[in-house]
Amino acid sequence: MPVYNMEIPGNDAALISAQRAGLVACSHCGRVYPPGTESCGRCGSGLDPDGRKSLQGVWAWLAAGILVYLPANIYPMLRTNTLLDSSESTIVGGAIELFHHGAYAVAAIVFVASILIPIGKFLAIGYLAMSLGRRSRMSVHHRHMLFEVVEFIGRWSMIDVFVVAILSALVHLGSVANVNPGIAAVSFALSVAFTMLSAQSLDPRLIWDADEEDR
Amino acid sequence: MTTELPADFAGKPLIACPTCDTLHVEPSVPTNHAACCRRCGRVLAAPRENAVRNVLALAVTSTILMTGAVFFPFIELQAAGLHNRASVLDAAMAFSQGIMAPLAIAVAFLIILIPTARLVAIIYTLLPLVQKRQPYRFAAHAFRLAERLRPWSMAEIFVLGVAVALVKVAGLATVSLGPAFWAFAVLVVVNVLQDNTMCRYTIWKSLETTRR
Repeated sequence: MPVYNMEIPGNDAALISAQRAGLVACSHCGRVYPPGTESCGRCGSGLDPDGRKSLQGVWAWLAAGILVYLPANIYPMLRTNTLLDSSESTIVGGAIELFHHGAYAVAAIVFVASILIPIGKFLAIGYLAMSLGRRSRMSVHHRHMLFEVVEFIGRWSMIDVFVVAILSALVHLGSVANVNPGIAAVSFALSVAFTMLSAQSLDPRLIWDADEEDR
Repeated sequence: MTTELPADFAGKPLIACPTCDTLHVEPSVPTNHAACCRRCGRVLAAPRENAVRNVLALAVTSTILMTGAVFFPFIELQAAGLHNRASVLDAAMAFSQGIMAPLAIAVAFLIILIPTARLVAIIYTLLPLVQKRQPYRFAAHAFRLAERLRPWSMAEIFVLGVAVALVKVAGLATVSLGPAFWAFAVLVVVNVLQDNTMCRYTIWKSLETTRR
């Protein structure tokens, strides 16, 4: 697709942020308003008084997400009853079991979605929130890329909850085999939701402010 | 610290990049061109020919597929002469017993209700625009809701979850997929097409200019 050349205010090459120009911008549709405007006239979203979302929400949701992730790993995710025995498996246990069955690809999906992604997300959000307003080894562009990856990938962790849901709905074969969900499914789902909210409350404009101060 | 805007541009309508807050002069982008932020490269507007009409058509398609996905049999399991069939709704209701009941509601929202609500909101917003009439009341609210709910619409993740679950039970029993599974799979593809065709900026602008 051909690129349309965006025009910036002013003839010199300096890029100005709306905040510097004393304006508040809508983070949904991009319209700018004089300071003190409370909601966007185009799309109706609320505007933040100083043009930036606060960091409090990020830390609060992140703490909640980490807190409920612990029981998610301790308690069983699935209870399986067959004719011969009954067993309970945790998140890690389920992935290891798949691996022993030779289903390497699926074991990898489960492991990545329910262990690597959640922990990687905690670290990434924590790092991004800490690095705001500081010099960091990572360039602004790279930090923003990390943020986009976290936002894009976060939802996919929910896959494990869906797997448990489908298995529990499907495997109800009288006395032969039964699968029931374990309590860890609830705390895992909450953990995913809380970290998604944490990533959503991180204002990417705060990351880019560092770029502005370098000039 | 504030910087004065350059005098030669005072008065021109401005927009700020939602990602990095950089000011640009409000563009009038020709169709099939992409306008990107000068600082961070985010696509600010990418209007395409007949985009609104195509998005509307895709949203209607999705609604039909969603209806099929909910009501047709989804997946069937056979082992040792016993068999069990589950619908998408059964999957959500797997958590409905005991203290996990709130999770059942949450799953129903993530895989059925939120995707459906988004579709309804998008159709509600775009239908008058296609017919070149004034937008319905609260159209801006509806479209904003659809955008807010986007990360929480998890149909595609559910489909991959089904694939993982199938591998888990493959050794235990014979599994056959019903029409609802295929409806769901197609739905995922249509949703991706729809999200890629839609230019949010164009829709916001046309909602604004046609408002009474």
